Amino acid sequence: MITILSIAIDALAFGMVLFIISIGLSVMMGLARVVNLAHGAFAMIGGYIASYMLREAGAGFALSTLVAVLGTIAILMPLEFLLYRRLYRNADAFRQILMTIGLTFFIIGITNTVFGPTSKPIPLPEALSGPLDIGFRMVPAHYVLVIACGAITALGLWFLLDKTQFGTRIRATVDNAAMAESLGIRTEILYAATFALAVGLAAFGGVLGAQLLPIEPYYALRYMVIFLVVVSVGGAGSILGALAASLVLGLASTAGKYMAPEFGDFFFYLTVILVVFIFPHGLLGARK
Amino acid sequence: MTAIGTTTAAGAPRLPGWVRYEVTAFAVVTALGLIGYLVFPFDLALLTRIIAVTFLVLSLDLVTGYAGVVTLGQAAIFGVAAYAVGNACLAGITDPVMLLGVGIIAGALMGLVSGVLISRFSALPQLVISIAFGQLVAALANKLAQFTGGSDGLAGFAPSAVLGVFEFDIFGRTSFGFSLVVLAVVLALLLRFVQSPFGLMCRGIRDDALRARMIGTAVYPRLIVMYGVSGAVAGVGGALSAINVGVVSLHSVSFEMSAEALVMLVVGGAGHLLGAVFGSILFQIFGHFVGSTNPFHWMTIVGGTLILITLFAPKGLYSAFASAMAKFRKSRVSQ
Repeated sequence: MITILSIAIDALAFGMVLFIISIGLSVMMGLARVVNLAHGAFAMIGGYIASYMLREAGAGFALSTLVAVLGTIAILMPLEFLLYRRLYRNADAFRQILMTIGLTFFIIGITNTVFGPTSKPIPLPEALSGPLDIGFRMVPAHYVLVIACGAITALGLWFLLDKTQFGTRIRATVDNAAMAESLGIRTEILYAATFALAVGLAAFGGVLGAQLLPIEPYYALRYMVIFLVVVSVGGAGSILGALAASLVLGLASTAGKYMAPEFGDFFFYLTVILVVFIFPHGLLGARK
Repeated sequence: MTAIGTTTAAGAPRLPGWVRYEVTAFAVVTALGLIGYLVFPFDLALLTRIIAVTFLVLSLDLVTGYAGVVTLGQAAIFGVAAYAVGNACLAGITDPVMLLGVGIIAGALMGLVSGVLISRFSALPQLVISIAFGQLVAALANKLAQFTGGSDGLAGFAPSAVLGVFEFDIFGRTSFGFSLVVLAVVLALLLRFVQSPFGLMCRGIRDDALRARMIGTAVYPRLIVMYGVSGAVAGVGGALSAINVGVVSLHSVSFEMSAEALVMLVVGGAGHLLGAVFGSILFQIFGHFVGSTNPFHWMTIVGGTLILITLFAPKGLYSAFASAMAKFRKSRVSQ
């Protein structure tokens, strides 16, 4: 029983990290139909900046996170104009995959040349680094932050997409881009804004999740697959789907590591294959 | 859609149809082999490794370039074949030609399995399944250490002489020659295969799967068969890599290997067998020099090149070169 609860709590924290990083990708893919393999690289840039701010510049945790999010957006926006704009709603998935995998390699090469090829720890502030007693076991205190941030992100995005004018425009463009454009919606601005949102969330998740998905030179390649899998399993563009997928996959991964650590990611990917086979459009994705 | 046979034969004197592909394949492989031998006489091991990986790129070209299935899990087939060959050799089958057969069978079986899984869907689910399949095999390879040696790699097997005559020597001459001959044979077969009615129908599926279905093609079974053939080719590569190197490491089933093969294919030009060969050679020779000094500079260059190619030469260098040649020839004719 205790083991099951332990797994559940670890899975929840891990799932929330997956959710925060992947939801930006999901919204982006729902809107602009870009299979973006470089999303993990975006999270990695955020992690590198935060690590630099904390360890070299001596800034606080909150400030470092903020700088990491804004800095990553600032670094990557030019790429939106130069590269991603050509890929939006481009039916050729092969081209999208190639360009974004190229971008991933490029970002890995550049960041490691600039910051050095070592792993980049993100030290937590005093209040979050200790253990926290939740009755039957101790959990790392930063779990609380991660889970809270995940919940806030989900609620905030739901509010943004469902309750604001910006969200209405996005949903209109998702449903019919040509019609939305002819009604006067500036879709290119929407795409750019969504890209910024996706990048910001990736960086935010990268920093917050650094205890569970450590920032290291090959971060972008190692976890690229997982974020993509979350979106595919959840269904592109669906917040609830991404949340469900993150939790299911977080559970599969954590349970696999508890029960049969020597199998590595075997059970995680087995779950992925099964879920994709049964729900090819995602757990809660729209059937097209 | 330029057929490979007509492109290569266009400039050369018209060869009789029934040997055209064989002559092309043997001419290309002999030329490349000679150039390689003259440029790197003391690094035949590098050349042999390049040839083994070339089979992986060729196999990827069959499914991605000719059938439109985008996969990032092709190395799983290559690696499993290599492990199968290593185990067969440890079990007492030491004849290299027999081992090649083991690799082909293992590769074809793995190809059929991945075909059933990967070509079921298209777009994102397809890509995700291919990645998941590759990672699943990689995790298993790590776990089943009694067959794979785990992270230490599988070693300690030594194939006997090729055809009972040519012993594997320390300079790698036998490995090199053996690999070249196999490459020429496989390339000739494949050049013929992609022009067959089956190969042409796969291209039809790639260009428009819905239309292919409309004219009565059973799309999914054909893709699975194509995957089986592709798996056999990847199996040849895995077998050669095991036979020549004598060690099979986890790298051969890794995601990086799959991704690199895709990059090589795209650099050369998906949908052209010779493009796949050239892409593989260019990438690996370049990588040998740049990658050995600083792996991260290498990644930057690979990434940058890939972005530039998708922007400016989306059909690969081979197509860009072929169309430039065609333009050049046209301009000479008009003068």
